[in-house]
Amino acid sequence: MPEPKRLTPKQVKDIDENIAWAKINADVLRSMENPRKGYGVAMFISVALFSVMIYAEIFQYMFGMGPAALNTSHMWDLYISTFVFWIGMSHSGTLLSAILHIIHADWRKPIYRFAEAMTTFSLLTAGIFPVIHLGRVWNFYWVLPYVSDRGLWPNFRSPLIWDAFAISTYLTSSILFLYIGMIPDLAICRDAAKGWRKRLYTWLSLGWRGDDAQWRSFRITYLIIACFLIPLAVSVHSIVSMDFAMAIMPGWHVTTFPPYFVAGALFSGCAGIITLFILLRYFFAFEHFMTMPILDKVCRLTFVIAMVWTYLNLIEFASVWYGHDIPSKEVLIAKATGPYSPLFWTMMFLGSVLPFSLLSGWVRRNMYVLFFISVLLNVGMWVERWMIVAPTLSLGYHPQAFNIMWPSWVEWAIVGGSFGWFGILFLVFVKVFPSVSMYEVKEMVYHRKRTIYVHDDEMMELHSGVPDSEESLRPAPQTTGGS
Amino acid sequence: MAVSDAFPFQKTKRMLGLFGNFDAAFEVIADIRRYKVPGLTVNDVTLKSPIEHPDIERVLGERPSNIPKFAFWGGLFGLVFGFIFLASAQANFLAMPQGGKAIITVPSNIVLAYEMMIMFGVLGTLVGFIIGGKLMRKSEGLYDTAISVDQIGIVIEVSQEQEQPLRELFSKHNVIEVHEETLP
Repeated sequence: MPEPKRLTPKQVKDIDENIAWAKINADVLRSMENPRKGYGVAMFISVALFSVMIYAEIFQYMFGMGPAALNTSHMWDLYISTFVFWIGMSHSGTLLSAILHIIHADWRKPIYRFAEAMTTFSLLTAGIFPVIHLGRVWNFYWVLPYVSDRGLWPNFRSPLIWDAFAISTYLTSSILFLYIGMIPDLAICRDAAKGWRKRLYTWLSLGWRGDDAQWRSFRITYLIIACFLIPLAVSVHSIVSMDFAMAIMPGWHVTTFPPYFVAGALFSGCAGIITLFILLRYFFAFEHFMTMPILDKVCRLTFVIAMVWTYLNLIEFASVWYGHDIPSKEVLIAKATGPYSPLFWTMMFLGSVLPFSLLSGWVRRNMYVLFFISVLLNVGMWVERWMIVAPTLSLGYHPQAFNIMWPSWVEWAIVGGSFGWFGILFLVFVKVFPSVSMYEVKEMVYHRKRTIYVHDDEMMELHSGVPDSEESLRPAPQTTGGS
Repeated sequence: MAVSDAFPFQKTKRMLGLFGNFDAAFEVIADIRRYKVPGLTVNDVTLKSPIEHPDIERVLGERPSNIPKFAFWGGLFGLVFGFIFLASAQANFLAMPQGGKAIITVPSNIVLAYEMMIMFGVLGTLVGFIIGGKLMRKSEGLYDTAISVDQIGIVIEVSQEQEQPLRELFSKHNVIEVHEETLP
């Protein structure tokens, strides 16, 4: 029997621990100045998509919501589907970063920065859909809870108001989490930059000098905010699910919706991380930091979350089927056999079957295939959101309102443009701010350098890094001077 | 009588020694703990580094932080203020018929007050971080950009008498560079 192929220690290491700290700074700072040509191509595509969106929005503004094909039962089909999709995309960045930080999974360090940026920009992209859906975009402030000119507040019992609270809290907290985690790196940028960049980084780094008091405060702050963010992220997508689950529409009034939405959000977010991981690794030549073993771990995580999502999907089907609520059951059957059934089976294939490809080591090591799969996974998750919204609106309680709706070019253009808007924000961010956390990669290298591989998959702590063999270094306080 | 005789450890200079690794810097601090420089204690030491060393407390001793208190009071304020804000806004509906429904709706207010608790908890933590980390202040002069790359700095304020022993201590542990400035 042939011996199984064993990976060399270099292949299983998340990062080369012999990389010099100065090189980490140099590589990341260079990435902000000289990306590969693919960066320019991506920016061009993003601007082009966004331009089409602007045109479509002006068209919709001029002619009303009719060209968007919205009607009485289909109030905002594609817009709310894409809103939920972008909220979902926002989840993995901050949530996974916070969870992995708390459990000391240090392989997150080279990739968490762009994942957190993905959270922030996904939320900013999601936020445009409720405004666009209004039609009268100048009434954008209607999406906020404010007191009207007759002294009345909005209905706080409505989940849409909960959305406004939850998303604004999540956006604020995510931006702060991203920003605070970036302060030591902004100081590095400040020390190396010139011109407008120097002024910007000096202002943003808040006078960071790497003092022990600053590091201590930083560690505590980052941990506390991570602890706040984990329940917050779960609550945000639970609340988004309640936009549907609190309604008594067939197919929406399902108790498993909150965990189902959270799992879906994590799933699409993980797939998004894989896509952006591969793109950034190529754009900025980050092969030293965004390594294949780290990508391998993200893929495994994605597979696990995909299985959770599949389970919750089946639970939802089972509870509707055995619950025997006739309208809900009709919607479920219509999903699988009706006009939207090709999309339903596409969702099931992309969301539940395709993730099994991630079990293959060959797939996890093949960047091109993985990129393609990660995009397809997110297509599946986008279709999932459409399948939540459209079939229920097509088959409400009133037969006279039964109505199949397919999106118009205006809706497609606005949805496509939202990817352009996200792309512009993200690409500008990674050009202005370090997309790899320099100080955390240094920490990772520092600690890994002080470990020794006993076997390929087993590590032993060799040295804590502190010369603690002498009793005088024990934490007994030194309170008085003397000889 | 010289000033230094009257105030034997009156600080006159601030010195920054740059080291190539944590071990060398920690050895310097260990020698300060052993009173190799008369009158200097670890409380006089500020360590500047490109990364946070996890065992820094073992070297410099515990230095308490108030940030968790900021987080706690921020979160508590958000929870209480959030509920009161919502309840007072809902009180506007006293003038309107509610069809038997509660005016102040506890279940939905709990959801919203929870969000406000997190929002203000995070904001409180941020305030604590700025205060505790001594950020947004006019910074002291001694700093070297090598600290943001790969060198470890030790900053100490010394008197005239302590200056030479400290230089020797720095040299003993292979200091790369020493910066100094006169205190006003």
